[in-house]
Amino acid sequence: MRILKTIAAVLTLPILLIVLWWIATIDSTNPFVPRPGRLVEDFVTVWLGPLLVEQVLPSLARLGIGLGSAIVAGIALGVLIGSNRIVSKILGPVLEFIRAVPPPVLLPVLMMLMGIGDGPKVFLIALGCVWPILLNTVDGVRSVDGVLSDTTRTYAIHGWDRLRFFVLPAALPRIMTGIRLALPISIILMVVSEMYAISGGGLGSQIIYFQRTFQNGPMWAGILVLGLLGVVMALLFRWIERWMLAWYYGQREAEYSDR
Amino acid sequence: MADLSATRTLRVASQRMAVRRDRLSTFLLGALGVVLFIGLWELISRFEIVNSTYFPPFTVVVVALVELLGTPAFWSALSSTMFSWVIGLVISLVAGVVLGVVIGSSSFLRTWTASTIEFLRPIPSVALIPIAIVVFGIKSSATIFIVVWACFWVILVHVTSGVADVDPVAKATARSYGLGRLWRARFVTWPTALPFLMTGLRMSGTIALVVAITIELVVGTPGLGDLLARNQSAGNVDTVFALALLTGFLGLAINTIMMQIERASLRWHPSVRGEVSV
Amino acid sequence: MTDDLRASATTHEPLLSVQHLQKIYPTPGGPIEAVRDLTFELRSGEFACLVGPSGSGKTTLLKCISGLMAPTSGTVTLDGKLVDGPPRKMALVFQEYGRSLYPWLRVDGNVELPLRAAGIPKAERQERVAEALDAVGLAHVPHSYPWQLSGGMQQRVAIARAVAYRPEVLLMDEPFAAVDAQTRADLEDLVRSVWKRLGLTVLFVTHDIDESVYLAERVIMLSSSPTIVQEDLRIDLPEERDQLETRSLPRFVELRHHVYEQIQKAKRGFNADAA
Repeated sequence: MRILKTIAAVLTLPILLIVLWWIATIDSTNPFVPRPGRLVEDFVTVWLGPLLVEQVLPSLARLGIGLGSAIVAGIALGVLIGSNRIVSKILGPVLEFIRAVPPPVLLPVLMMLMGIGDGPKVFLIALGCVWPILLNTVDGVRSVDGVLSDTTRTYAIHGWDRLRFFVLPAALPRIMTGIRLALPISIILMVVSEMYAISGGGLGSQIIYFQRTFQNGPMWAGILVLGLLGVVMALLFRWIERWMLAWYYGQREAEYSDR
Repeated sequence: MADLSATRTLRVASQRMAVRRDRLSTFLLGALGVVLFIGLWELISRFEIVNSTYFPPFTVVVVALVELLGTPAFWSALSSTMFSWVIGLVISLVAGVVLGVVIGSSSFLRTWTASTIEFLRPIPSVALIPIAIVVFGIKSSATIFIVVWACFWVILVHVTSGVADVDPVAKATARSYGLGRLWRARFVTWPTALPFLMTGLRMSGTIALVVAITIELVVGTPGLGDLLARNQSAGNVDTVFALALLTGFLGLAINTIMMQIERASLRWHPSVRGEVSV
Repeated sequence: MTDDLRASATTHEPLLSVQHLQKIYPTPGGPIEAVRDLTFELRSGEFACLVGPSGSGKTTLLKCISGLMAPTSGTVTLDGKLVDGPPRKMALVFQEYGRSLYPWLRVDGNVELPLRAAGIPKAERQERVAEALDAVGLAHVPHSYPWQLSGGMQQRVAIARAVAYRPEVLLMDEPFAAVDAQTRADLEDLVRSVWKRLGLTVLFVTHDIDESVYLAERVIMLSSSPTIVQEDLRIDLPEERDQLETRSLPRFVELRHHVYEQIQKAKRGFNADAA
């Protein structure tokens, strides 16, 4: 009974909305609003076809490399800044400023410096994604438990060992939050960089191309692809997070039930 | 203990000095960082470590910046961006608060709209660019449309959490004393939800600026982003860098103002609240 | 890999020597002298308890002895060497057992970690871990996570970790204060048995007077802040202690009474050799 209720709660409103949408567009020739049937058709024929390999995959590759670089850089810098008061104070204002520049603003700058290839796009994604990861890592490193820190010192656990067995795992929950916040940023910057540098190809370029050539159907389908991409990434990440932070959730549950 | 007053004076003095010393070091070290950054920039460019045609020295950029501040094009672009920013935020705020309160107050609504919200929310605002172009054309309304999409969800989620977070015991107590809906809303719901709303508003302020400029850049709607794009295609490298710096300052200004607003409105609020993980 | 733990016993040099330890805290409200002058010595293999009223700087003292905090003046010497940072031959068991165990490591991982950091080869590590877990009665849960265990068991893990580390001196900071009475009794007996079995030197801090008399060979009573040693009492109870038997001995009651009196005096601000 419970399960049925949950399924109903999850599916009812979406299905209702889709049905209303269907009915509202049954005889519509309005180019602004797609018809559900046509949308699915376009999605399958246009996007799951050759476009998938030609345009979508390269986009995803850029996304992956950009995000991956941001994760590595964000954690490394975050640990450095979080552990060292002096470094943190020196870099403070400069980082605050760079962070305040909307990443897309740097796109023209980057394109001037790096040309129109993959370089500026990947760099932009990395640059935009690094902030939430960096800030959350700093937060995580700074808020490690004092008793555990003393324990680590008492047992002469220093240097790399301390980093690997204490600082990083302790900061991991915050780091994962940072990465989760970076996910939507990565998608947005990927699309933005491709919409701006249209000749470079990719998911974003393709959607704008369809819009400019008045192929509204495939355009809408492309937007659907973007939406799905966001949802899939969020879900995937949630699984990874659950797996890596199993101990964290377990501990929180144990603490909670003690109250 | 005759030296009590002397100890006290020493105490106060040492306390003040410690705080001052810390603030001073933060300021000095931060200034050092800025100086190093600027110096590095200048050197990298002057010594052609990166081609100075595409990476002008800091001093040159500053000159271009000052020039830019004298052009009407800049001020008109700035006002377009700020216009889109304000209108977009206001619409998101109103819609987000209204829907947030409605959904947050009813656990039925919360469960039954959750899946829809969770699906629509991650759709990147930029995905709607083609729709915006088709529907609104290359005008500020297109920018506003997308700003609203981006910020509305943030505010909605925060307000919903805030309203839902209201202590059921407090609500029941109020009801049992025969206190009407309006009274409960003002003294129970509002104080609980306010911190969430303010945090959401602060985040939206930053997001709105980023989105507005992005749309202007990519689509060409009026504003700083469009000015930037035009200068880039015209090859005015110095101006492009100057504009980037200016948007940085604008971003900082807005972030600071939003943070002050958040802090001011919550000065009386003792609760510990964290950002909703959006 | 054999440390001669009894080195100082044969030379009659104290293993741990605390001389005129003083600690002054700078606080926002002004400097506070937590510890004024603490002087005492521990010989190898001794079990000493530090008792004092709340606010007598017990935790401060332990932090200074363990090298986590630097004293304002005075010295702490371990085996003839000055302590100016956590020395390798010391282990510290905290009161907050939940926060002193790594939640991302299992029980065996937790006990093993200090050994791993010390560069001890895997085979020996595993042997020591098994031995230690067995000594504290946790041989059956090596693969559990600490937070899956009860409070008492978590504290046992912390003790096992200290035991596997094979320190010369074991410091314990009110380790059983946050544990229920039943469990506390078991853990007290456990500490004594581990102490005897492994020939450790133990400095046990507590506010529980009964516990201090039951456990120790020697009770060092502290005054209230600014702290000095109020009295250093030898406990002449039989070596074999039992929760029921020993605690009902008339001598136990006498000793306990005496310690209680001293602590009361300390609370009222009476220092044995006040200026």
